[in-house]
Amino acid sequence: MTLDEMPRDRRGVVTALDTRGAERRRLMDLGLLPGAAIAPELTSPLGDPVAYEVRGTLVVLRAQQARTVHVELEEH
Amino acid sequence: MAAPLPSPGVGPPDDAPPAAGPCGSCAQASPGRLQRLGLAPGRHDHVVALAGNPNTGKSTVFNALTGLRQHVGNWSGKTVSRAEGGFTYGGAKYRIVDLPGTYSLLSTSTDEDVARDALLFGRPDVTVVVVDATRLERNLPLVLQVRQITGRVVVALNLVDEARRHGITVDTRHLSRELGVPVVATAARRGDGLPELLAAIAGTATTDDPPEPLALVHHDPQLEEAVAALAARVEARFPGVPNARWVALRLLEGDPGIEEAVRAGTLGELAGAPPLEAAGGAA
Repeated sequence: MTLDEMPRDRRGVVTALDTRGAERRRLMDLGLLPGAAIAPELTSPLGDPVAYEVRGTLVVLRAQQARTVHVELEEH
Repeated sequence: MAAPLPSPGVGPPDDAPPAAGPCGSCAQASPGRLQRLGLAPGRHDHVVALAGNPNTGKSTVFNALTGLRQHVGNWSGKTVSRAEGGFTYGGAKYRIVDLPGTYSLLSTSTDEDVARDALLFGRPDVTVVVVDATRLERNLPLVLQVRQITGRVVVALNLVDEARRHGITVDTRHLSRELGVPVVATAARRGDGLPELLAAIAGTATTDDPPEPLALVHHDPQLEEAVAALAARVEARFPGVPNARWVALRLLEGDPGIEEAVRAGTLGELAGAPPLEAAGGAA
């Protein structure tokens, strides 16, 4: 599943980034690397963008960006 | 806001003994040896660059060391260009450059380019990487990237007071061993740890035997071949350019800023760029 599809009450782990170039680099610099724990934290009124908690900070991504981040849900 | 340093105003006058001896760099050295010079330090012996993620307290550290009031604010992107100041410590004059916050030396935005070029090609005598003790995991990638460029690094583990409130303690000795450079716990807002930070900066600035930069390790022989070949060409085209291997790796990755610098021939200028050049003007 990709990050934009993640249920709001679940936590997950990044498994892959489906983007290249500067965009990929930027996501990696912000801590979104395979193995990083991630969870949706805040949602804007229209549902886009969404703030995700990752490595102790919030990272705000548009749905378009979140779609490139593959995640695996943690067990409940 | 302006947390006083321990015993300010008792810095050594100019006739202080030339304290370059071993005591000058030990942690017990008196904090009173700091003399803040504010702007325009004139001639200087060492150049210190302050790097770090946005919002880790770089400017607070800068102000504490220089006595300046460089704008401190709790938002990202505040320091869009460099701020410079000076101080003397242990009889030596230091110029210190506060760089814009950056998560990475590999990304491409204007303020990150400023920080990257200064660190890569300005060759400061010491790079202090200010990290947020409450978000260490997020901050360490930049430390490792800087360590790949130089061994003359001091890590200021800042905001330890805030971390403590969150129940976080950091094993600075272990971290220092892992990184191969000094790690000093600071709470710059309150002046905590600044004497130790100064001692570490002085020790790193004056040592003849700094740690080696971390090797740019990649386990792909073909990539290694490409990097080595390209690095040789970079060195041939721009003699004396520091970190040719790093430049080669960036070119292979398609970094547009570095590509442009090579194409326009400005990479060599960056290498000798005035930013952090230690020559200094007349006092």
